[in-house]
Amino acid sequence: MSIEARNISKSFGAFRALRDVSLKVGDGELVALLGPSGSGKTTLLRIIAGLEEADPDPASAILFHGENVTESRAGQRRVGFVFQHYALFRNMTVFDNIAFGLRVRPRRLRPKESEIRKKVEELLHLIHLRELAPRFPSQLSGGQRQRVALARALAIEPRVLLLDEPFGALDAKVRHGLRRWLRRLHDEIHITSLLVTHDQEEALEVADRVVVMRDGCIEQQGTPEEVYHHPNSEFVMDFMGHVNLFHGRIESGKAVFGSLVLDHAGAAVADGHGARLFVRPFDLDISRHPNGAPSMKARVTRVQSAGAQVRIELSSESGETMHVEMPHSRFRERTVAPKDDVYVTLLDSRVFLEEQANGGKVS
Amino acid sequence: MRALRFKHSSVLPGFGLTMGLAVLYLSLIVLIPLSGLFLKTATITWHHFWAIVLNPRALASYRLTFGAALVGAAVNAIFGFIVAWSLVRYHFPGRRILDAAVDLPFALPTAVSGIALTALYAPNGWIGRLLAPYGIKTAFSPLGVAIAMTFIGLPFVVRTLQPAIEDLDAGMEEAASTLGASRFQTFRQVIFPFILPAAITGFAMAFARALGEYGSVIFISGNMPMRTEISSLLIVAKLEQFDYAGATAIAVVILVVSFVLLLTINLTQWWFSRRLGRSRA
Amino acid sequence: MKANRVARSDPRWLRAVLISVTILFLGLFLFLPLLTVFLEALRKGVGAYFASFADPDARSAILLTLLTAAIAVPANLVFGLMASWAIAKFEFKGKNLLITLIDLPFAVSPVIAGLVYVLMFGAQGWIGPWLEAHHVQIIFAVPGIVLATVFVTFPFIARELIPLMQEQDTDDEYAAISLGASGWQTFRRVTLPNVKWALLYGVILCNARAMGEFGAVSVVSGHIRGLTDTMPLHVEILYNEYNFVAAFAVASLLALLALVTLIAKTVLESRLESGEQANEAVAMEMVHEY
Repeated sequence: MSIEARNISKSFGAFRALRDVSLKVGDGELVALLGPSGSGKTTLLRIIAGLEEADPDPASAILFHGENVTESRAGQRRVGFVFQHYALFRNMTVFDNIAFGLRVRPRRLRPKESEIRKKVEELLHLIHLRELAPRFPSQLSGGQRQRVALARALAIEPRVLLLDEPFGALDAKVRHGLRRWLRRLHDEIHITSLLVTHDQEEALEVADRVVVMRDGCIEQQGTPEEVYHHPNSEFVMDFMGHVNLFHGRIESGKAVFGSLVLDHAGAAVADGHGARLFVRPFDLDISRHPNGAPSMKARVTRVQSAGAQVRIELSSESGETMHVEMPHSRFRERTVAPKDDVYVTLLDSRVFLEEQANGGKVS
Repeated sequence: MRALRFKHSSVLPGFGLTMGLAVLYLSLIVLIPLSGLFLKTATITWHHFWAIVLNPRALASYRLTFGAALVGAAVNAIFGFIVAWSLVRYHFPGRRILDAAVDLPFALPTAVSGIALTALYAPNGWIGRLLAPYGIKTAFSPLGVAIAMTFIGLPFVVRTLQPAIEDLDAGMEEAASTLGASRFQTFRQVIFPFILPAAITGFAMAFARALGEYGSVIFISGNMPMRTEISSLLIVAKLEQFDYAGATAIAVVILVVSFVLLLTINLTQWWFSRRLGRSRA
Repeated sequence: MKANRVARSDPRWLRAVLISVTILFLGLFLFLPLLTVFLEALRKGVGAYFASFADPDARSAILLTLLTAAIAVPANLVFGLMASWAIAKFEFKGKNLLITLIDLPFAVSPVIAGLVYVLMFGAQGWIGPWLEAHHVQIIFAVPGIVLATVFVTFPFIARELIPLMQEQDTDDEYAAISLGASGWQTFRRVTLPNVKWALLYGVILCNARAMGEFGAVSVVSGHIRGLTDTMPLHVEILYNEYNFVAAFAVASLLALLALVTLIAKTVLESRLESGEQANEAVAMEMVHEY
């Protein structure tokens, strides 16, 4: 059951939440819609679910497996929707919550109570909460509630599963656990799923494909690999994780950042054109002596142990701060200490040209 | 600053003064006079008490007062819900004005509403005139009393329901919608259970207020003993005859019922808040 | 800027029906009676309307009403301020009991409130004989009217202030005290400004009820024209004499007061709410920053 959203725009008063967005989710894929708040990801999800209406436009449509469902109400689309704050029916037990979707079906389509019972028990087994069936939502923990919410959504055998920041309201440990559990569930039942999140770690860990959104548009989409290691814009790179930023300029076809000179293979620009260097902390290495690779001099200001990694803070010649991360083992080999002067080499980096004065972007 | 045994000491001054004066004022104005009422009750023998309270004229007044108050509260429960729902969920011209107007029975002196309602529903009034040909007596009849009691209880139901409707969890409604429930099913299973406590509270408050109402009712009711005399009027009638004991006995009946109603309100709220949980689940 | 929540909206026909019912119901029960007051008052023309106020008895009724409110409202205001200071800023056992007791007059029917005072101060009441011996008249005289009015309007200001002051931090006051301010100064400069809208709201409600009270005052007043008649009582007297125009004329003044009260209430409520919303907005922002 594939999902296709075509030319979706949505404005709330003067605020444009979505600008002519088109998206495809393949059958059985788990796609993450990733972006900061205000990027439009939740709005897009809700429009796909039928909880909001897109701005009228003859070209815009929502299709499930080719079938146009734009005119259908939420209940008719057979989507499983999981809310950030669970939205469980507080006046019903866990069992009744899960059974709800089946019980409200019109008489002709409603299964017998015994069948409903069987189905609910299967789902309870799937989410490992069989003993909690007679409890009320107020008696469950956050993680348990969200699992019930998921089971409730799955009970109606939805064509697609839509999740709106499902783990946002939970604390870190529970979040990590549920993430892995969701991924395993998806591997088991292969339901087409669209997950909205602002947590890039979550998107990278769980999804088959990541769609990065910003200000109502899609910035980039691809596999987690692609989006993380080959970001096509500053925004994506910065959003996907920690990054060091250096300012420099282009001269004679090379990108110059202080004492660091890199080949620049992009479009030809005039000398002096501004450039920005983005490097991930673990794509930097430090050594006491130059080893031939392009490097810049810096002084170690602080060394911090952060779990499995060591985080080193340095100050470059021009006074810019940079962070390097490496495993403990490598750090011990380097034998550096605070106040040492070292050479910082790049293992991988991206150079982006600054936008032109008239606002155009040169890539 | 007194360090009283029941108070945690505080940095702020003035506790002794403010507490003392406040309690003094409370006692003088409220507590002592009210206890005067109970002391008086104590001086009435049981036998005498039941004779007054079960007197046919008293019984007739209870039937009328309680019956009409019940009808008024019930009408308010139904229509008050419709009003509250429309004011909260829908946008239509004049909504703001109507919303403010709901408090009118609260703000308008009871004598004013009393004569206004009578003017409207008397046989030669605008509405009374329309219904008279059908033999419906809207003034000087129990129906008139019920109408006045509906008027007086209106704000209680609407104002109690409005916050409850506003607080409805949008997520639950949307969840029900995605799961395929029709609007009616959603209302019955997901919305109604959550506004029920407010509805009960509003009903009880409207009922309690109508029981003790005087000014709005005595003009339209006609005040015929045994037929259209409400209990509050009976109390006044007895006072005018200096039958303090009689007035006190009837007053006690009304007070006890009001107290039971208040208790019901609090119990309902407590029970429901336990079942449904206070905040988002 | 609310989203168009499609899933929460009702079918169009239902909306139309419910809105119509709302308008009809409120129109019938609220607007018609209000309109009636003014129409009946003006039935014999504007001249007759204003003539009603020339009557000396009407004038003294108006004066008595104003006098009663002028005593009852400030008295309950002072009480409200003191009670809320004691309740909100200090910890002590029995606080809930105190709050419940303060609410008592609300639960008591107005006629019973009057009865209570008659039992206390009436000729056959507890203190009655003592009062007679000292030639002090309370029942069937102005003092009784004032007392009964104070009773029924007792909780209005306190119950606006108490929850609000309880919600507010005591930190501001602690800061003032630590900087050397006296209790009174702290109260005047720190506490009062924080509750000014709720205070005004309570005063307006208290005043409306004080001027409009009927049942309790009717019982204690003795209905002596020109002496112990307030405006609501005077309305009753005129009406019972079939002097309808005059009755509705005086009633129209009270109705105007009610309208002013409603308007003031609406304005103040939105002030109070925006204060609340501002606080909530700040709190929400703090949550989202995480």
